[in-house]
Amino acid sequence: MKKFTNESGLVLPLDRANVDTDFIIPKQFLKSIKRTGFGPNLFDEHRYLDKGEPDADNSTRPLNPDFVMNQPRYAGARILLARENFGCGSSREHAPWALDDYGFRAILAPSFADIFFNNCFKNGLLPIVLDKAVIDALFVEVESTPGYELEIDLEAQEVRKPNGEAIPFEVDQFRKHCLLNGLDDIGLTLEDSAAITAFETTWRDKSPWYFTLSN
Amino acid sequence: MSSKTLYDKIWDAHLVKQRDDGTALIYIDRHLIHEVTSPQAFEGLRIAGRQPWRADANFATPDHNIPTTLAERSAGIDGIKDPISKIQVTTLDDNCREFDILEMTMNDIRQGIVHVVGPEQGATLPGMTIVCGDSHTSTHGALGALAHGIGTSEVEHVLATQCLMAKKAKNMLVRVNGSLQAGVTAKDIVLAIIGKIGTAGGTGYTIEFGGDAIEALSVEGRMTVCNMAIEAGARAGLIAVDQKTIDYIKGRPFAPQGEMWDRAAEAWLELRSDEGAAFDKVIELDAAAIEPQVTWGTSPEMVVSVNGYVPDPQNESDESRRTSITQSLKYMGLEGGTAIKDIQLDCIFIGSCTNSRIEDLREAAKVVQGHKVAPTIELAMVVPGSGLVKKQAEEEGLDKIFIEAGLEWREPGCSMCLAMNADQLGDGKHCASTSNRNFEGRQGFGGRTHLVSPAMAAAAAIHGRFVDVREL
Repeated sequence: MKKFTNESGLVLPLDRANVDTDFIIPKQFLKSIKRTGFGPNLFDEHRYLDKGEPDADNSTRPLNPDFVMNQPRYAGARILLARENFGCGSSREHAPWALDDYGFRAILAPSFADIFFNNCFKNGLLPIVLDKAVIDALFVEVESTPGYELEIDLEAQEVRKPNGEAIPFEVDQFRKHCLLNGLDDIGLTLEDSAAITAFETTWRDKSPWYFTLSN
Repeated sequence: MSSKTLYDKIWDAHLVKQRDDGTALIYIDRHLIHEVTSPQAFEGLRIAGRQPWRADANFATPDHNIPTTLAERSAGIDGIKDPISKIQVTTLDDNCREFDILEMTMNDIRQGIVHVVGPEQGATLPGMTIVCGDSHTSTHGALGALAHGIGTSEVEHVLATQCLMAKKAKNMLVRVNGSLQAGVTAKDIVLAIIGKIGTAGGTGYTIEFGGDAIEALSVEGRMTVCNMAIEAGARAGLIAVDQKTIDYIKGRPFAPQGEMWDRAAEAWLELRSDEGAAFDKVIELDAAAIEPQVTWGTSPEMVVSVNGYVPDPQNESDESRRTSITQSLKYMGLEGGTAIKDIQLDCIFIGSCTNSRIEDLREAAKVVQGHKVAPTIELAMVVPGSGLVKKQAEEEGLDKIFIEAGLEWREPGCSMCLAMNADQLGDGKHCASTSNRNFEGRQGFGGRTHLVSPAMAAAAAIHGRFVDVREL
């Protein structure tokens, strides 16, 4: 997994509550059997004026000038500023894949949907929960300041503003450790193979009816 | 011993290892697989040279993007016109063959929507931990299983380790007291709950549904309720096991048999929250006050009674809610203050993992029997949840009732719930749908979804607009 240590970058403000996973990456792009290449279709239904198709040449499609991401001042943004319940809806990991593929490294919001939140960490993408008032203030600052950048220091658990002000944030310590070191979950879990086998043996004895599916 | 909730009990029984920071390793009994969220996980296994930890814990069926027309289906995989969908379905078949995983393939009569097929086959059992790369895995909680959706990285993790790394959620009890009015269904209950607590109301919780009205539901009705726990923000929904649950499971193909059945059934009847178990949050609803529900916006929480009105953003004092309402109404092409019954409909969809089981189809058929679909309805379709549901419906003559009324009778799959196949709602069209999400573009680019129960969708098909099924 990609490491996350210290990241700085332009901030894109997406001023909309309950952004769902269909909004992040529409279903037609889920037909891919790969993990990459979703970036050009991130926020597809709002980013372009026409309907996107998996095999289309996105570079020739008409852009929606009213969608914030299409404003030149936000080109190359790496940090997404969002509203409450970001990522609600389906479990599709294509949502964090699309954000990552576009170039985002972190998302700041007052709250996230559970499955999306979890999926981000599996892909080296950092979702940060901040108080609504802090998010509100950031929206004002970002929108009123062209070129507004934030620095995110995961080790110190701080978001730093251009004026040097630091906003502390909480992160699960295990997830932090995995992100800082780019650790693969499966490898870590397999270190506990003996414990899994021991559990399974006892469980099979106690509840043999869960082991009756046969091919 | 202190009192435990049903969630506590299942969690504790599956705890392999607890880390100091609260992260736990949880054993997974059943892993359900479909074609959309699994190919990258199988590819990951191959790249790392790993094998499934326990191949016989997995159960697969293609559902999301397979065609539902007989013409395409009867030609087998070669009949799938969309080449990208075809690759995905073929890839699932190849992966299941390579890794020795049980699969109900596209034209196997047991194929269907994975959340319909699991319980139908007895692959879903009480007290299990069940995961699937699909958020509507919460459906299986209706049988007293701890079931929730996961992402593709976790699909790979479960394949490789039979475990999930997780943190325990909090306990919420949603108690629905009293009895429902005639014509009001499980779907109306769950939409009313979402309307009350919001789409983030259950975030961080496992919701147990209880109370007289939940106990009175059939097991299929309970599946409808648990299915939409995720729309209330909760990854998992749960309902205590009772005799109805046991009767539902008995004799299903993968359920235990003989002496093992007796032991299992006895153990399962213990699967309920203890008297006095502590919940972090309790929500109460009065079943008798629930009216048939219809969503008007682009989030399942944007819901009112069929006798209600589309809200006027001017009357909303909270700024962010006002913005959300305005954005939704613009997308939906609706004016604030419009009566729900005045919304003109173009399309009817009866299906999805929420409402495509035999009881759903019976309810819908009862409403349309002897009537004709309104001439203003461009497309009305019924998509059974599995090949076996379809067969049963045909044995009961429901297919003929639908066809005579002017609805299309399709082959099983997810279909227009998420429109990954050819079944797509047109731009700007209003659809009365028995599915679970009314997000922008969910049923098709520019499509406008109104979530309702099967009886309400059937009544809307006949009238071309919403009517109160209690008045029919």
